[in-house]
Amino acid sequence: MRLIFRWLRENLFSTWYNTLLTVLVIWFLWVAFSGLFQWAVRDAVWSGGAAACQQARQLAQAEGRSWGACWTVIPENLKLFLAGTYPAGELWRIWVCVYISAAMLGLSAGVWRGLVRDVVVALGAAALVLLVLPFSWTERLWMFGIVLALVVPLGLRWVARSRIPRVRWILGGGWLALPILVVWLIGGGGPLPKVESTQWGGLMLTVLLAVIGIVASFPLGVLLALGRQSTLPIVRWFSILYIEIVRGVPLITVIFMASLMLPLFLPGHLRIDQALRAMIAFTLFTAAYIAENVRGGLQSISRGQIEAAQALGLSHWLTTLFIVLPQALRAVIPANVGQFISLFKDTSLVFVAALLDLFNIGRSILANPQWLGTDREVLLFVAFVYWVFTYAMAHLSRRLETILGVGER
Amino acid sequence: MSEEIIICRDVHKWFGDFHVLRGVTTTVRKGEVVVICGPSGSGKSTFIRTLNRLEEHQRGQIIIDGIELTHDIKNIEAIRREIGMVFQSFNLFPHLTVLQNVTLAPIWVRKMKRSEAEDLAMQLLARVGIAEQAHKYPAQLSGGQQQRVAIARALAMQPKIMLFDEPTSALDPEMIKEVLDVMRELARSGMTMIVITHEMGFAREVADRIIFFDQGRIVEENTPDEFFKNPQHERTKLFLSQILHH
Ligand SMILES: Nc1ncnc2c1ncn2[C@@H]1O[C@H](COP(=O)(O)OP(=O)(O)OP(=O)(O)O)[C@@H](O)[C@H]1O
Ligand SMILES: [Mg+2]
Repeated sequence: MRLIFRWLRENLFSTWYNTLLTVLVIWFLWVAFSGLFQWAVRDAVWSGGAAACQQARQLAQAEGRSWGACWTVIPENLKLFLAGTYPAGELWRIWVCVYISAAMLGLSAGVWRGLVRDVVVALGAAALVLLVLPFSWTERLWMFGIVLALVVPLGLRWVARSRIPRVRWILGGGWLALPILVVWLIGGGGPLPKVESTQWGGLMLTVLLAVIGIVASFPLGVLLALGRQSTLPIVRWFSILYIEIVRGVPLITVIFMASLMLPLFLPGHLRIDQALRAMIAFTLFTAAYIAENVRGGLQSISRGQIEAAQALGLSHWLTTLFIVLPQALRAVIPANVGQFISLFKDTSLVFVAALLDLFNIGRSILANPQWLGTDREVLLFVAFVYWVFTYAMAHLSRRLETILGVGER
Repeated sequence: MSEEIIICRDVHKWFGDFHVLRGVTTTVRKGEVVVICGPSGSGKSTFIRTLNRLEEHQRGQIIIDGIELTHDIKNIEAIRREIGMVFQSFNLFPHLTVLQNVTLAPIWVRKMKRSEAEDLAMQLLARVGIAEQAHKYPAQLSGGQQQRVAIARALAMQPKIMLFDEPTSALDPEMIKEVLDVMRELARSGMTMIVITHEMGFAREVADRIIFFDQGRIVEENTPDEFFKNPQHERTKLFLSQILHH
């Protein structure tokens, strides 16, 4: 108690003008946030469906006071937010994807430790927090499965590392195959009934578009950056042309063109579905920006580094692979992660290709007369989900920088 | 005498219009230690960099261990494998540990097994006196230690010739000795060395021959005794008086 008083006196009330400032700030915060607090917490409706919100609103109107937030719109539409109009009977396929990814992460954390393990711990903690929220018991069971999928393989690490030779290579291959497996599981084909990508939606679609966009655009961007510095004129001119054209066009037109014009370029019998077209558009677009970032990194490598490698007899390719790229890519982690964060948020532009990602599912819920007037709740929730993901990406990138920065201290 | 491992005949080089090397002719025998000195901008660095083709010469002939340096990239890579180089600014790879710096080229260029390369690297690091730093990153070492890693890295390719371009000029005085000691030991072991340096004590003690460069030419070439006692040219005398009296 004494300590608290001392801290208050030293930090908030040390002089008369500091005291004045403190009082002013508290007053300002009260004015700014008391209304928000009343709306978001005190008067809010947390459960009971659309009817409960209507009742509360009518009551408030009758009494002539303002009404509170209708948070129940979120749990009532949770399935839409998470998976869009994906057929309910096939939802297990998405869970399987989540489980496989979680298990892969857990296993990787066991083998590689370091950053991956922190990710696993953070995800496991997040899943545990979700368990506390008022979900039904079956949903909680599904979620608890995630925790298990993350943690159990972590425990298997000793077995994996000592018994299976080249476990890292196998895992690496697994990660490469994962996007294909996920797209197949979600889209169907073969024994699985097909689910048209117009039915994919919500957070699942957002994450899918972003992850595939990131995974595919990164190597493409690196190749373009190297191509731009190539001594072969054709390669160099192609790279420059590509980068400059794509950077001169707004993303929304690239998505439009991919969804309208891609079919023109391809033979008639080869129909690519909408989501895949959007993925291609995001990949091609982001790759140009990644290429420019990486080029900056390549130019930051000093001549001496390259000469030292040459003097050791390393060929051009070995020098690029072992000396230039690792240093260049590390230098541009912040810029590239910034690019990936914008990609994640820009996935909301897929509505021009008639797809409903998280944001656009939110808009479609608002179009339902039942949920009229819940714009603020829905938008806040959607913004919060975007924020959680982008913040996690930014945080990971900083961790990655420190871990990879050991040599630079 | 023993065989000639480096032969230069009338080597010329231009940077644009600027004539940097104006007909350098000399030979270096196996096991010989040659010190090159001369005023700043006289083309010393440019000359030794033509020996492993970091710079291209435009006229004349350079023959290393029987192979002539031409545009043929295979020849260039073959010759670079036989020549180690140590730079003034170390140029260690900052993203790799000391051990990885030393093993990279043996593994990927010499196709050595990783375990063999690591054994060799540890031997070399012990030889230059920093085996205990093997798992640190270059930025965690002092300048003198970094330069010794650079020497070990070059030696790991088991070269026949070592080139040093002012290896101690970027070092604090107390670290110069530790690097010169390593070079002295290397010279004694019979390595063929070409060293650009202003350390005249080192030159007098270790060199078999001193080459004096001025304006892209070899002005004078002699044994250390003769070079310091009886400099032949005015330019050499001036240079020596400047360098010995400061
Ligand atoms: N890449 C280059 N392009 C143009 N001129 C160059 C280049 N490298 C060196 N020079 C010029 O060539 C001349 C010789 O340079 P060099 O580095 O060989 O001199 P040096 O004898 O090693 O001098 P120092 O003792 O200062 O290292 C200098 O005048 C320098 O400015
Ligand atoms: Mg020089």
